[in-house]
Amino acid sequence: MTDDTPLRTTPLTAWHRDHGARMVPFAGFEMPVQYRGVLAEHAAVRERVGLFDITHMGEILANGPGVEAWLDGLCTNRVAGLPDGKVVYTAMCRPDGGVLDDMLIYRLGREDWLIVCNASNHDKIAAWVAGRAAGVAGVALDDASDRTAMIAVQGPEAAALTGRLAALAGSADALDALEFYTAFALPRPGGRWIVSRTGYTGERGYELYVPYADALPLWEELLALGGDLGVEPIGLAARDTLRFEPAYCLYGHELSEDWTPLEAGIGWAVRLKDREFVGREALQRQKDAGPPRRLVGLEVTAPDAAGRDRPAPIARQGAPVFCGDAPAGVVTSGTKSPTLGRSLALALIDAGCDPADLSVEIRDRRHPVRVVSYPFLAARVKGDPRAAR
Amino acid sequence: MVASDRKYTKDHEWVLAEGESATVGVTEYAAHELGDVVFLELPEVGTVVAQGEAVGTIETVKSVEDLFSPVGGEVIAVNEAVLDAPETVNQDPLEAGWLFKVRIEDRSEMDELLSADDYDALIGG
Repeated sequence: MTDDTPLRTTPLTAWHRDHGARMVPFAGFEMPVQYRGVLAEHAAVRERVGLFDITHMGEILANGPGVEAWLDGLCTNRVAGLPDGKVVYTAMCRPDGGVLDDMLIYRLGREDWLIVCNASNHDKIAAWVAGRAAGVAGVALDDASDRTAMIAVQGPEAAALTGRLAALAGSADALDALEFYTAFALPRPGGRWIVSRTGYTGERGYELYVPYADALPLWEELLALGGDLGVEPIGLAARDTLRFEPAYCLYGHELSEDWTPLEAGIGWAVRLKDREFVGREALQRQKDAGPPRRLVGLEVTAPDAAGRDRPAPIARQGAPVFCGDAPAGVVTSGTKSPTLGRSLALALIDAGCDPADLSVEIRDRRHPVRVVSYPFLAARVKGDPRAAR
Repeated sequence: MVASDRKYTKDHEWVLAEGESATVGVTEYAAHELGDVVFLELPEVGTVVAQGEAVGTIETVKSVEDLFSPVGGEVIAVNEAVLDAPETVNQDPLEAGWLFKVRIEDRSEMDELLSADDYDALIGG
């Protein structure tokens, strides 16, 4: 994409502009980065409920009797044999194991599948799956990205708010029964909606896929219905801090074509046994030999002379990590955790280095770090959404 | 309208001269545009800085910006309280959120700074 390509909009772009959002270019779209402020928005999702316009995500429909086996051959996670309504998080890899993208796969019916990929990788994935589907019988692809809006409702009150929607009045039982990583389709006059109990914040939440024409009325209805619940719109900046605390990987940060899902810490989404998929051999080899790098959680510390912790600088993406005096890796994401108030980072480091001897370079100065386990903040996507952490 | 008791820079800092001391902070406009401040690096007391020199950083959740010294001279105080509570910069940028003080070496440097009217025009006030 060249610099003079006009940014794409969503059905909500005008609403965002009219409601004080700071707009930024993101993956070819003009998107809201913040409304009230990143910390206030972050807290709203952790404590109440927030709305996200994530229409920039890519949605590719795959239909036909051949989809199940074909798609399973592209995904690191198993998608063959899923029950209807099940959602799976997976990566798609190159033959050498480099990650093309991470995504959700929906099995809505035996011959009715949906691939939801990152906006930044949409064109690449659309071309990749089209290329891999060429000549395959029983696979029909339909890129629905430019007519499908996506609104996420996330936070402890997300279930209460979503349950108030007029369109879901007849689906109360289905909504109540909807488990984490399941979804159902809802026929609507303007085209079906997909109601999905998924999200990327670590909170109870839903993602609603609707036709473009339904997006603005739905958004406004959610805001109107959720006034007493404290609902508010959330920008991309808080979306990033919200996904960071539970250590959910973000493509372009923890995930890249230059390393594998095993190194990036999403080995749980790689099923090697009794399957064939693109990248499997390379991943099996790496697993057998031991991945050369691993993802670790770090806390930047800034003790004063008396040993008291003071606020520490943020180790941002690209900050070099050292083991003793030897380069050991690089920070993939870092921020001051709004919930925990600590300067935390995820870093990809050489598997062999001693975690006791790490430091990070920020603006030409070395800072001590301690290795901390991640998720930094436990997700509460299942069970009681208001439970203490 | 911005506070008229002080001078400004195009980098959105304010300077309040009292005797030979110049107190430096960021403007309300900057505090708003930056968003939530989470970390500050300030110069050490005793450092001698030149006008326009980068002497520290101001870090928000999303970005890091340099802090400049609007006048040259010796740093004679830094606001320890904002180091421990960086959000003070957002809450009260003109008073409690001051950052550091410089002993003014050359008064003529103050004359090179923007007046309140000029700064107001700069930010489209």
